[in-house]
Amino acid sequence: MARKTEIAVVGAGPAGMAAAIEAGRAGARVIVIDENQRPGGQLFKQIHKFFGSEAHRAGTRGVQIGLDLLREAEEAGVATLLDTVVYGIFSDRCLGLAREHHTEELEADAVILATGASENALAFPGWTLPGVMGAGATQTLIHIHRVLPGKRALMVGAGNVGLIVSYQLLQAGAKVVAVVEGLPAIGGYGVHASKVRRAGVPILTGHTVLRAEGREGVERAVIARVDENWKPIAGTERTLEVDTICLAVGLSPLAELAWMAGCEFRYIPALGGWVPLHDGNMETTRKGIYVAGDLAGIEEASTAMEEGRLAGLAAAQSLGHLTRERGEKKKGEVHKRLAALRMGSFGEGRAISKEQILQARETV
Amino acid sequence: MRIEDHPILGRAERGRRITLTVDGNPVVAFEGEPIAAALLAGGHRVFRYTAKRREPRGLFCALGRCTDCVMTVDGQPNVRTCVTPARDGMIVQTQVGRGKWGGRGGGGKRKG
Repeated sequence: MARKTEIAVVGAGPAGMAAAIEAGRAGARVIVIDENQRPGGQLFKQIHKFFGSEAHRAGTRGVQIGLDLLREAEEAGVATLLDTVVYGIFSDRCLGLAREHHTEELEADAVILATGASENALAFPGWTLPGVMGAGATQTLIHIHRVLPGKRALMVGAGNVGLIVSYQLLQAGAKVVAVVEGLPAIGGYGVHASKVRRAGVPILTGHTVLRAEGREGVERAVIARVDENWKPIAGTERTLEVDTICLAVGLSPLAELAWMAGCEFRYIPALGGWVPLHDGNMETTRKGIYVAGDLAGIEEASTAMEEGRLAGLAAAQSLGHLTRERGEKKKGEVHKRLAALRMGSFGEGRAISKEQILQARETV
Repeated sequence: MRIEDHPILGRAERGRRITLTVDGNPVVAFEGEPIAAALLAGGHRVFRYTAKRREPRGLFCALGRCTDCVMTVDGQPNVRTCVTPARDGMIVQTQVGRGKWGGRGGGGKRKG
């Protein structure tokens, strides 16, 4: 006999926890499932202060936001199933779980997928050498496990992840030799770039890593300038003595379960690649299956939490835990906050891309 | 290298101090931390060698997804060291290729 619940949330990161909290507060029976031993997703690695308005916890560090979410989830009566992999999703919103060397099934009236994203790799000669790793992996090591992967690092990518993790490497006691960015301009926020520059780290735009060298691990990195077609310019090669190369070249939605569920997708590069179509309730083209957070398009923890709240409210409303009037009112408030997060030169592109998803959803 | 003091996070809180045996040598670990963290802290970067070209591999994603960091642990090959908590007395071996049950080149019987 399969275990049953009203709402199953896959992923205990910011999106999943926010979804579970809203649905739990509305009175739904909610189980959050996560493959990790601890809930909170990537929030516990994010020791920098968040931006935005007070409603978005500006000035608060990700770690604290994570702790608050855990407490709120407990207060909302949310159950968590950790160390558990959701390996499949079958018809009628039945999830296949693998835990403690056995498998079991969980049937839900609504499923909220908040599986997050994985870091993109970058292939260059030597990229498989020990010492080349994701920037997020570095962040996990230094903040969660309190271990430095190396002493001298090269950061590849000057988006927010690359800039923030560079600064965090410095805070943890490593030297960041340089940040290289293939594009002609820095992709991340100016504040983060300034902090890194003030600490004496050169941010080399229009540069890429050509290769990593070393026998049993990274000993050197060779970088070069690139032209407007990303072709390395001969004669501009430089060798940097580094033992670590961190890759911060974007994220891709972890969409396997949404594909398996038969959701319709659209390829939107600005949101990280293939993303499941969804409506204003975060419901996919499969009834009762919702998405939120990076899986629904790569953005930030703040937007992920708001999307999670939308999905949680919508799922609870669909199961009769909120009246239509109350549900629409609460979701309206979230939509307003989401719109505020997607303003300005950094947010506008995402707002347009998100609008594309909603429109495409309507035509399916 | 371990980060004991951190400007934002403060002093590190770690589990009980334990010992792993890595390729026959003792390595200090703290209970509950991933095997990979203890290895990196101890200066070990090569976790395995690939099947065809014997190329070194180490930690890459630290999330349990890429499986680059697999080693043979207590005779079980292909254990993801980045998400497997260290326990006192664990026998950890650098894995070659797909590894063998029972040990690196042992071919011993499967446990359990």
